[in-house]
Amino acid sequence: MFLIPDPVVRFFHRMASPPHFYAFTERLMPWLVVIFLLLTAAGLYGGLYLAPADYQQGDSYRIIYIHVPSAWMSLFIYVVMAVSGAIGLVWRIKLAEIVAISSAPVGASFTFIALVTGSLWGKPMWGTWWVWDARLTSELILLFLYLGVIGLYGAIDDKRTASRAVAILALVGVVNIPIIHYSVEWWNTLHQGPTVTKMDKPSIHVSMLIPLLLMAVAFKFYYLIAMLQRARTELLLRERNAQWVKVMISESK
Amino acid sequence: MKPARKQRLMLIGLMVIGAGLATGFALKSFNENLMYFFSTTDVVEGKAPKDTLFRLGGMVIKGSVERPNDGLMVRFKLTDFSKDVTVEYTGILPDLFREGQGIVAHGRLNAQGVFIAEEVLAKHDENYMPPEVKDSLKNQPAPVTGQKS
Repeated sequence: MFLIPDPVVRFFHRMASPPHFYAFTERLMPWLVVIFLLLTAAGLYGGLYLAPADYQQGDSYRIIYIHVPSAWMSLFIYVVMAVSGAIGLVWRIKLAEIVAISSAPVGASFTFIALVTGSLWGKPMWGTWWVWDARLTSELILLFLYLGVIGLYGAIDDKRTASRAVAILALVGVVNIPIIHYSVEWWNTLHQGPTVTKMDKPSIHVSMLIPLLLMAVAFKFYYLIAMLQRARTELLLRERNAQWVKVMISESK
Repeated sequence: MKPARKQRLMLIGLMVIGAGLATGFALKSFNENLMYFFSTTDVVEGKAPKDTLFRLGGMVIKGSVERPNDGLMVRFKLTDFSKDVTVEYTGILPDLFREGQGIVAHGRLNAQGVFIAEEVLAKHDENYMPPEVKDSLKNQPAPVTGQKS
């Protein structure tokens, strides 16, 4: 593997080994939790207290600090899920399969939060809870894709086969990701156009932008925490007959 | 890379490209239906449906909002900066309804080419800033006359 430095390659090789992954994530977890809590506290304090009210929407716009990071996460997690699913398909790496399926419930939750907070925001601002415009509809389809992935995985008993089926579904669904992102540019929608994620300068004042970005990074850490916890459990379940699990359990007794 | 892996990777690539192309063509052919609203130019050029409900989107022209008979009926002009359409609506407007602000109205055209709205939704734009910054930009949209706030 040229282009990628050796220590990085070695890191990934070691992470693909279940016992190493299990031990490493255990040590990593407290750090992730601390960083997540600090970022969330800073982001919420900045967003709810320090940031000024909006010239049009007053204080109601502050729901942006949950809505937008959740919506970004719903797309980000889907891409992570599809890519690790593809890695599992091609290289048959067990841990990639586990990361893919462990991401699905977290992604579904963020999608749900984005839809609900958007609805709560829509009622006072637009005058309606829900419209069938391209952005809202494609985001709803994303929720169904996540639920489909979770359901399909649960429906197949052999988890390695299930992982392959899920990866194919996730990869087909990837086509929805650019649709969600560009829906507000390609079609007329009631939903606003992009504020931050565009080539141009963000159309949000810097005092409001900084807490938003803090929240976005905080949510990334939350995803890591939730996904890794699920992955560890899933790993133990799949490897319950492996020697390292038996040794670990007998040591902890 | 081992041949089997290479083959699987290529299959996956083809699958994603195939799904993308199929969706692309489908969206292209349903492009009209995916538009949430018609623009005022569509209406003036007769592209909007007649005798049936549809949505009309545009910006409320500054100074065009009037209440002709002291009731809840409000009349205003919508524009997409090329053609204008007059809209009449009886009911309570959303908080964000302002002159110079984008809105989406649901209703139908009458014989005079006036759009009779049954529902008006406000479409806020992508700009977020404190009021002081907006003041310093010196183009604050005037609040709608007669609107309760």
